[in-house]
Amino acid sequence: MGSSRSSLRGVPDGQQLLQETGFSAALLLRLHQRFQFLDKDSRGHLRSEDLEAELSENPIGDRIVGAFFQPGQETVDFPSFVRVLAHFRPTEKNWTRDGVQPEPANSRNRKLKFAFQLYDQDRDGKISRTELLQVDTTNTYTVKSKLSMKPLNTTC
Amino acid sequence: MERFTLLRMRTNSGVICMIFVLFLCCTTGKCKLQETKPTNSVSLDTVKPYPNDIGEPQPYPEEEKGKLPVFTMNYSRIQIPFEFTLWVLLASFSKIGFHIYQKITIWIPESCLLIGIGLIVGGIMYSVKEEPPAVLSSDVFFLYMLLPIVLDNGYFMPTRPFFENVGTVLWYAVVGALWNSIGIGLSLFTICQFEVFDLQDINLQENLLFASIISAVDPVAALNVFEDVGINEQIYIVIFGEGLFSDAVTVVLYSMFAFLANMPAIDSIDVFLGVARFFVVGIGGVLFGLLFGFMAAFTSRFTSRVREIEPLFVFMFSYLAYLVAELFAISSVMAIIICAITMKYYVEENVSQRSCTTIRHVVKMLATISETLIFFFLGVVTITTVHEWNWAYILFTLLFAFLWRGLGILVLTQIINPFRTIQFNLKDQFGLAYGGLRGAICFALVFTLGDTINRRNLFVTASVAIIIFTVFIQGISIRPIIEYIKIRKTNKDLNTINVTIHTRTMEHLLCGIDDLCGQWGHYYWKDKFKRFNDRFLRRILLRDRKAESSIVSMYKKLELQNAIELLDTTMGDISAAPSLLSLQDEKKEASRPKKKFKATDIKKMHDILSKNMYRIRQRTTAFTSKHSLPDDSQTREILIRRHASIRRSLRAENFREQPAQNISKSLRYYSLQPGGNLDSALPLRRRSHGEQDLLLNSFD
Repeated sequence: MGSSRSSLRGVPDGQQLLQETGFSAALLLRLHQRFQFLDKDSRGHLRSEDLEAELSENPIGDRIVGAFFQPGQETVDFPSFVRVLAHFRPTEKNWTRDGVQPEPANSRNRKLKFAFQLYDQDRDGKISRTELLQVDTTNTYTVKSKLSMKPLNTTC
Repeated sequence: MERFTLLRMRTNSGVICMIFVLFLCCTTGKCKLQETKPTNSVSLDTVKPYPNDIGEPQPYPEEEKGKLPVFTMNYSRIQIPFEFTLWVLLASFSKIGFHIYQKITIWIPESCLLIGIGLIVGGIMYSVKEEPPAVLSSDVFFLYMLLPIVLDNGYFMPTRPFFENVGTVLWYAVVGALWNSIGIGLSLFTICQFEVFDLQDINLQENLLFASIISAVDPVAALNVFEDVGINEQIYIVIFGEGLFSDAVTVVLYSMFAFLANMPAIDSIDVFLGVARFFVVGIGGVLFGLLFGFMAAFTSRFTSRVREIEPLFVFMFSYLAYLVAELFAISSVMAIIICAITMKYYVEENVSQRSCTTIRHVVKMLATISETLIFFFLGVVTITTVHEWNWAYILFTLLFAFLWRGLGILVLTQIINPFRTIQFNLKDQFGLAYGGLRGAICFALVFTLGDTINRRNLFVTASVAIIIFTVFIQGISIRPIIEYIKIRKTNKDLNTINVTIHTRTMEHLLCGIDDLCGQWGHYYWKDKFKRFNDRFLRRILLRDRKAESSIVSMYKKLELQNAIELLDTTMGDISAAPSLLSLQDEKKEASRPKKKFKATDIKKMHDILSKNMYRIRQRTTAFTSKHSLPDDSQTREILIRRHASIRRSLRAENFREQPAQNISKSLRYYSLQPGGNLDSALPLRRRSHGEQDLLLNSFD
């Protein structure tokens, strides 16, 4: 459809992103509009404050926001935004692993890696006991007094 | 053992109560019977005897001159309200009786039990040759009894899932009802053509009329089962909405077909007029509903000085909407639903907390009473009406009802699935088809059939047969079947604790991404509506003219809820009483093989967890059960978090004062050893009174 392709002109790296992420043109356009909406000062990139405003009610909101930003970066531009969101597309059932193409963002492996990174806050490739406990506690909101870090012998 | 005997006693006393009330009803009926005879005979006299002479026990009939009667009885004066109260009480007692023995209501839906009791009472009344009160006549039913049920459905409708699925719901309701009526009507008509069944005098219009009556679904029992089982929201909301709107659609279809049935011949122009009328009725209903909803909301803006009568406006305006729609023969059910939905949002913001609770409670109460009475009288009237039984017609009606519903769901789903993001698979469709029970609307409509239809009794019998069949057989079997075919359930499963926590985390993730992307599809319209709402509607209809709801009043409501929760919880926070274990135990434990936790402990852990975990933002529907008030604490998470931090600081003093006598000096673990008992690990602690007062007094 020629008309939708041409309307991608406003989107930076539109064509490339289409191929890389597998979003349809309409979806990409929609995401671009959303990006511009979140980017209130029209800077062309998002800071963590913009994202956090949307996620204030979410207990793991800070982790989600952290997943968008590469370590050390303060801003996220549109291609990175879309690439992270590409993880959430439904998996394609007929994708075969043929080693030539890079794994698409929505394969099960990449999704698992994304979820792993949510837990692994210090990005050392492992989930430590502390990190696991932190996830458990962020899920609940009771008053917590001293938490002991001794081994958990629970098998529930 | 004690509990068992107690249960037996309570059941016995419940049964005794019921028998007593039954006796009362029958004897009052008998009194009425005896009374009518004397009045008939003396109505010819011009001289009226003393009004309290009739039916009254007269101990000294000779002394009529001027003695002051010490004890008189005047039954005829109070007769109607008295009998009404007794009937309501009887129905409610039977309801109490069912819930005493919990296990019955799990397997047999309440509607079945009520019909059963109604049948028994009907049998008793029939044997004493007594007529039941004409409750299910058209006027009483449609003007008084249907109304609270529809109001309840509309008021507690989960609006967000409803509006997200409104296309699907209307599709199934409207097109489904049309499909069912026309399909069943035509098939029955072809059956009637066979001479062997002796049904030749039923023409096409009458068949269509009957078919439109029995295509009304009333999925009350199915909804209860679905909710207990925890079925996924899509099916729930579709069945809920379909039941709601099929009432409206059926009534419209019925009036159309009734009109057509009276006409000798049908032209094509009539079909066209019929379709036009359909639209007029539907859209007119919506408009009236909106009008009265806004009027109610506007009125509630000015009621800050007269808090006591605030709930009144909700009821009066809904009733007005209903009646005015009936006046113009427009779909009153639609009017009242739309009125309730519009009204609720604005009224609940304007009105005080107490009035809000009152409104909700009264709506629920009226709806429950109405429903109970309807099913009860269904049973009673079944026995006492005149029936005409025709095997062929009835069996074929049953068959076609099933067949067409199943086919209808299948075909309609195929057409609408491409338009849905969450599509219905075959199991869902089966759930939808099987949940289409028939109920009271059928029954009331069939009673309003005019006497011009010569096979009226046959229709009555057939619809009663269908209702009883679907309610009993389908209602009882739906639960095991649903559990057997493992229909898609909501995400509120009871898994292991591990799975629960991590699934919850994933759901939060998905919610967050959802929020980041903005809500798809409906976002545009929702955004527009929100802007319109903020700019115009809220300014006009709300008392505090702020763009969003006042944080302070929300905070107050929340604090009240927290205070109530504090009074309720006895287990307390996890942190408040950490488990006690000594070093020695731990050493012993390491050598012992790990045992599993006891089932009760796991359940308690789940309870603690579910009370304390953050809830997902509106992703899983808050089901509004038919028989309990909704729980809306889900939307206040952000304030709960801030609350917790405030409470932490308030209670920090109390904690530090807590003498550590309970806690041994050894290491404190944040875990429960397997094999240990949860109760011993978390000793019950009552909160100090001072703390509760502090919280309650700080906000008023």
